[in-house]
Amino acid sequence: MWEYTDKVKELFLKPKNAGELENPDAVGEVGSIVCGDALRLSLKVDKKTDRITDARFQTFGCASAIASSSALTELVKGKTLDEAAKITNRDIADFLGGLPDEKMHCSVMGMEALEDAIRKYRGKPEPVGPSENIVCKCFDVSEEKIRKTALENHLTTVDEITHYTKAGGGCGQCRHDIEEILKDLWASGVPEPKPPEKRKLTNLRKIGLIQEVLEKEIRPRLQADGGDVELVDVDRNRVTVGFRGMCVDCPMGNTTIRGIEERLTEVIGEEIQVVAE
Amino acid sequence: MKTLYLDNNATTRAAPEVVEEMLPYFTDLYGNPSSMHTFGGRVHRRIEEARERVAALIGAEADEIIFTSCGTESDNTALMSAVEAAPERRHVVTTKVEHPAVLNFCRNLGNRGYRVTLLPVDTLGRLEMDTLPGALDHDTAILSVMHANNETGVVFPVEEIGRLARLKGIVFHSDAVQAAGKIPIDVKRLPVDMLSFSGHKLHAPKGVGALYVRRGTRFHPYLIGGHQERGRRAGTENVPYIVGFGKACELAGKNLEQRMTAVSRLRDRLENELLARCPDAMVNGDRGNRLPNTTSISFRYVEGEAILLRLDEYGICASSGSACTSGSLQPSHVLRAMGVPYTAIHGSVRFSLSDYTTAEEIERVIRVVPPVIAELRELSPFGRETLNRRACGPGGEAG
Repeated sequence: MWEYTDKVKELFLKPKNAGELENPDAVGEVGSIVCGDALRLSLKVDKKTDRITDARFQTFGCASAIASSSALTELVKGKTLDEAAKITNRDIADFLGGLPDEKMHCSVMGMEALEDAIRKYRGKPEPVGPSENIVCKCFDVSEEKIRKTALENHLTTVDEITHYTKAGGGCGQCRHDIEEILKDLWASGVPEPKPPEKRKLTNLRKIGLIQEVLEKEIRPRLQADGGDVELVDVDRNRVTVGFRGMCVDCPMGNTTIRGIEERLTEVIGEEIQVVAE
Repeated sequence: MKTLYLDNNATTRAAPEVVEEMLPYFTDLYGNPSSMHTFGGRVHRRIEEARERVAALIGAEADEIIFTSCGTESDNTALMSAVEAAPERRHVVTTKVEHPAVLNFCRNLGNRGYRVTLLPVDTLGRLEMDTLPGALDHDTAILSVMHANNETGVVFPVEEIGRLARLKGIVFHSDAVQAAGKIPIDVKRLPVDMLSFSGHKLHAPKGVGALYVRRGTRFHPYLIGGHQERGRRAGTENVPYIVGFGKACELAGKNLEQRMTAVSRLRDRLENELLARCPDAMVNGDRGNRLPNTTSISFRYVEGEAILLRLDEYGICASSGSACTSGSLQPSHVLRAMGVPYTAIHGSVRFSLSDYTTAEEIERVIRVVPPVIAELRELSPFGRETLNRRACGPGGEAG
């Protein structure tokens, strides 16, 4: 069974913006029933401002495909086409609080449907030409798509390419070709992974990260010494914690507070202040 | 929420009677059956009793049963033994729809230079019998054909297949993991040299299996070591599980015909109602010749993982042959071998019942599934033109 985040489950069980728009201004389509997932995205665009006023999706696919499609519609609504065009599969995955590696192709499918819709709206011709080199025949994946996805997501292994594009996930005969493409792509050395783009975290995501750091990193260390700490409140960048067990009245309390502060500041990417209740 | 378990071809609940018989062998009767003392000797006797019970389920003699750790080990052992026993033969024959325990073992042999013939099935999942005689030759080391298919439940004519193999002097193995305990098997009538089955498919716990090896069959052990299982499978016996397996086989053999009728009645009710209430649904497999507990139904234009996870919200457990549930990116090799169209293959759901399944549970599934399918179809971009049409059965397009 897949480990889906609560957000994926929520948008799968109660998808937002499902269905079709009447007289849509733009429609993007990607995937096929043979491949096992397909998405049809329809958009309403305000002609004066170029802003997307409404978005709907129809998806054939698994839980994460449906959730990714719903996430996509939530992300594009209210954006101008230029803003929407900057949305990457990573944004869709982040919106969902992450996807299992093997399901990243669902987020890529969302991005592609959006690209297709915007391109059609702007009246640009299909980029697919007869000269296009199809590498994976099982899932009809071109060399161009493999290169683009690898670059955008910093993928270096064939398995990663399979997770993101499905290429190589069928008969497996093209796995060697994918390896060659990756070798060529990263020939000049694999660049350091790009530092995650600075962006304002939603409050929910921020609290989630703070909880995660406390649960997974801080508490086990304190508990090992008979102490403990609990999250009491988060108010903007001020985090209130309560010491428990041996930590209560511990003379090192201040050092512990500074340690938590440093780590949270690092993870959240903003100045975090920690206080004891 | 109550779990409503209709995934008994994946695994079953250990019967309470089985667990009860097992318990003393963890704590009180923990002796090693190979030991010389009375304490160990008592355990040894219980293993031999279990062997008799397991043998009785398939009409075998006790000394024809080797205990293993699972169905996969039994399958691997049978294939390896046959290949090692006839090193001059470099050809193996099996079917396209076998369990991976057989299929991948044969593919491995293929990588080591063996010729591998995979026999095809027809659209109803039945073995294409006319391809069999030509596939067997003087170079064939083993023919391995499953007794019943795990996904569709289709039962293969192993008796006829075995006769053909015997005529040509070829070792015949059958993977009966899904069949044992669900339909009668009698190796006295069945011309099979080796037969694999597993505990956890018939209400014993996971971690124990058996391989039947007919007297006189040349046998090479897979696990090498001590003299356990008369030198045919080394390793200290998994005593509690073997005892439990024995009890489970005894229970599985009791009133088998009546139990088959009861479970097939529930299965048929489920199947007929779902077909009637869900447009564009079809059964995969030969409805006239199946295990009594299994149905594979394809709901066109929706995807299996999505169906399963929506059903999961109601506590209903089933499985699917869709790509997203197969662990690879391709859907079920069984349904593909049958030529099931892709519109249907991704939306396949297998319900597999057991003796514990109740009529109330089936009624609940009948109520829950149709709206789930309808909701997912509302989300799907495909099949809209047929949504309002109440039609069943296989249709046109191929994938």
